[in-house]
Amino acid sequence: MKKFLLSLMCVISGLLFGALILKLSGIPAFEAYNIMWNGAFSKPNYIAYIIIRSTPLILTGLSVAFAFRTGLFNIGSEGQFIMGALTAAYFGFIFHFNPWIQIPLVLGISVMVSSLYGGLAGFMKARFGVHEVISTIMLNWIALYFSNYMVMLEGFHKANTETSEFIQPSTSITFLENWKNSDAGTEWFSHHEFLSEFFRPPVNAGIFIAIIAVLFVWIILTKTSFGFKLKAVGQSLEAARYAGINVNKKMTQSMMIAGGLSGLAGATHVMGVSKNVAILAAHEGYGFDGIAVSLIGSNSPFGAAIAGFFLGALKYSGQKIQSALEAPSEVISIMIGAIIFFIAIPIVFEKLINNFHKLWEKK
Amino acid sequence: MLSLELRNISKTFGSFKANDSINLKVNSGEVHAILGENGAGKSTLMKIIFGLYQPDAGGEIYLNNELVKIRSPRFAIRKGIGMVHQHFMLVRPFTILQNIILGIEPRSPFGMIDYKKARAEVLKISENYNFNIDPDLKIENISVGMQQRVEILKTLYRNAELIILDEPTAVLTPQEVIDFYRIVRNLKQDGKTIIIITHKLHEIKEIADRCTIIRKGQYIETVDVRSTSEEELAAKMVGRKVDLKIKKTIAIPGDVVFKIENLNALNDKQLPSVKNFNLSLKRGEILGLAGIDGNGQSELVEALTGLRKIKSGSVKINEKEIAQLTPKEIYESKLAMIPEDRQRRGLVMDFKVKENFVLQNISKNPFSHYGFIINRELVKFSETLMDRFDIRPRNIELAARNLSGGNQQKIILAREIANNPDVLIAFQPTRGLDVGAIEYVHNELVKLRDQGKAILLISYELDEVINLSDRIAVIVDGSVSANIDYETITTHKNIKEHIGLFMAGGTSS
Repeated sequence: MKKFLLSLMCVISGLLFGALILKLSGIPAFEAYNIMWNGAFSKPNYIAYIIIRSTPLILTGLSVAFAFRTGLFNIGSEGQFIMGALTAAYFGFIFHFNPWIQIPLVLGISVMVSSLYGGLAGFMKARFGVHEVISTIMLNWIALYFSNYMVMLEGFHKANTETSEFIQPSTSITFLENWKNSDAGTEWFSHHEFLSEFFRPPVNAGIFIAIIAVLFVWIILTKTSFGFKLKAVGQSLEAARYAGINVNKKMTQSMMIAGGLSGLAGATHVMGVSKNVAILAAHEGYGFDGIAVSLIGSNSPFGAAIAGFFLGALKYSGQKIQSALEAPSEVISIMIGAIIFFIAIPIVFEKLINNFHKLWEKK
Repeated sequence: MLSLELRNISKTFGSFKANDSINLKVNSGEVHAILGENGAGKSTLMKIIFGLYQPDAGGEIYLNNELVKIRSPRFAIRKGIGMVHQHFMLVRPFTILQNIILGIEPRSPFGMIDYKKARAEVLKISENYNFNIDPDLKIENISVGMQQRVEILKTLYRNAELIILDEPTAVLTPQEVIDFYRIVRNLKQDGKTIIIITHKLHEIKEIADRCTIIRKGQYIETVDVRSTSEEELAAKMVGRKVDLKIKKTIAIPGDVVFKIENLNALNDKQLPSVKNFNLSLKRGEILGLAGIDGNGQSELVEALTGLRKIKSGSVKINEKEIAQLTPKEIYESKLAMIPEDRQRRGLVMDFKVKENFVLQNISKNPFSHYGFIINRELVKFSETLMDRFDIRPRNIELAARNLSGGNQQKIILAREIANNPDVLIAFQPTRGLDVGAIEYVHNELVKLRDQGKAILLISYELDEVINLSDRIAVIVDGSVSANIDYETITTHKNIKEHIGLFMAGGTSS
């Protein structure tokens, strides 16, 4: 109850502060929130978009949260995401199997590559004492430029574009992708308005993969001796070492799993939404948003799922104010940032609640 | 000159009463000890005096017979109260001088820090009390004893008339303790009022004038130290009669079970720290390793347990070489350890009690199957240990952090003994524990000895080594400088001085 009250207070004051920022930018705050609310939940296709938006955020959030439990700060989610996306785009393009083999194969290779990429940072920390924050930041840039290089590679690069070739249709995890535009599909959907709207956006299997990943992480952390040891390393390195746990190995393993989760985000994004990778001028921010998601979700797997959905909804509905009220996208980003900021500082509110509690008891 | 009186001070945390209507009267110019077990509420009371906590309604604080409300440490300092915390609050990369003036730096007309004035003042105080400090040394380069002097100087620089010292000797070496006593006497001579929080009885006998005993948050009584014996103090503190002497029979040692030969290991700065160390332990004996902190004890223990790389030499347990094995392999070779720092190394503080019980064995049958933890077995195992070692509160779901120091130590003891080791290294096994818990740990170690285990006791408390050991070795600069047999321990008239001489670097001829 108290915890719920706490979260609620955080969200409300975040929204209030966000309103203040909107107001200061000359945007009617109440109207803006109204538009956001309607823009998020008033139509089935909006909800579908939010789910699509949330999927990578849940996975990168999960990645950061997992590493954090082992005492590692995975800033590298961004780079691991790129590696996952690139691998999925590449093998999704060059392989020509039937979907039942193609999809798991491409997903598997993407996760493997990105987990090795994440594990590299863990290994460098374990072996050479390189702090993972430093190494993962570097690895983010390496991934970005490596991806840009790969996109321009002959045979993978799509002529006259800034992108790679599209993945084979057999790699796609988007639901009903071809059928919904076929004659039969249009005919069927014309009688089912709700579903028709819901499936207009590229709804894909990514969300189910994300949910499975959430359960997977939860089971590892709470039910297995492996997770027990990871947490012991995270909580107290010295005690873990003394207890005979191979601390270095655990760090590497933890970063591998974290990397795999971020890579999964990238791969599902390519296979379900974008279908290719493009030249990037800067980081897209999926990984960095993962840090926020992990923080809001207090580093727990289910927390990351809820927080990922929340942030996805904020980001999606935030766009709506942009078009409706001609609000600059920067202001919207600042508003979202403010909301996250407030949610991330529950300590302040905890104190407040306690004081109120005391006052209440005195009466 | 500053006197202090507390009337009816209570402090409640949730449903827990840390202080229950405590009365305390500290006369100006006296050394007043506050004695109580861990968790008795001493620190809470001191934090109230220093303004870190506010007492519950009804409590009154008088300074020089004037009713005051101490809202904050800042206010307390302004009223002439100074506090030295058990864990020092110093900025390590700063110099002594910078630490002392931090927050109240004297300014020159241009707004710069007036170091000249500050230095002069600090040196004056230092000389006044014989502190003997060099204000330009960095905190990270000075000894713990020196750091404590800096903390005291900090309070004096802020014109403290009443100084609260929280467990002041917990971290000091025997030599530093003697220096500390001298400083307290100097302060007293100068009219300062001193409050010392402690659970060490000889310390109270040594320097305190009066002593107030607190038990379970309640005021028990205030006694005159000179006319009260250590036994009486202990009984008042614990609430029952305590045996300060360890009860044990003469050891009947068996075969050699643990043999260290020519062991060498480096410290963190890559300098030789354990040098050609030799020692052998028999079943059924307690071998005490006496020595001053910093003579290679930590490195030795780390090398023996696989936490530190061994440069050369041999360590054998039951004829099996364990010198280059991993901590896990060594543990499985039946070598157990009670680590020096239980909160850092012995326990994962935020793990539950039941989880701490299986820190080493979580992957093993019956605690997990195919990598999945079997909670039922964890609970069963933990309940048994809780009963057998009387660990309180009896709640295995509680985080280890929430238990008292004594009970935390019992968790470690229980866990290590449950593995049925042949050799137990007990490194500072009673550090920071109160009399009741110390008695328990000592008895438990003797019991283990009588079951035929070999125990290597490493302690900086010479009294503990002498009282508990069947044989004593002295470690100086990383190697054994003297061996003392049971007969000498029991018959030598001045055994403490005898060993102290070796500890200080003398050699046996």
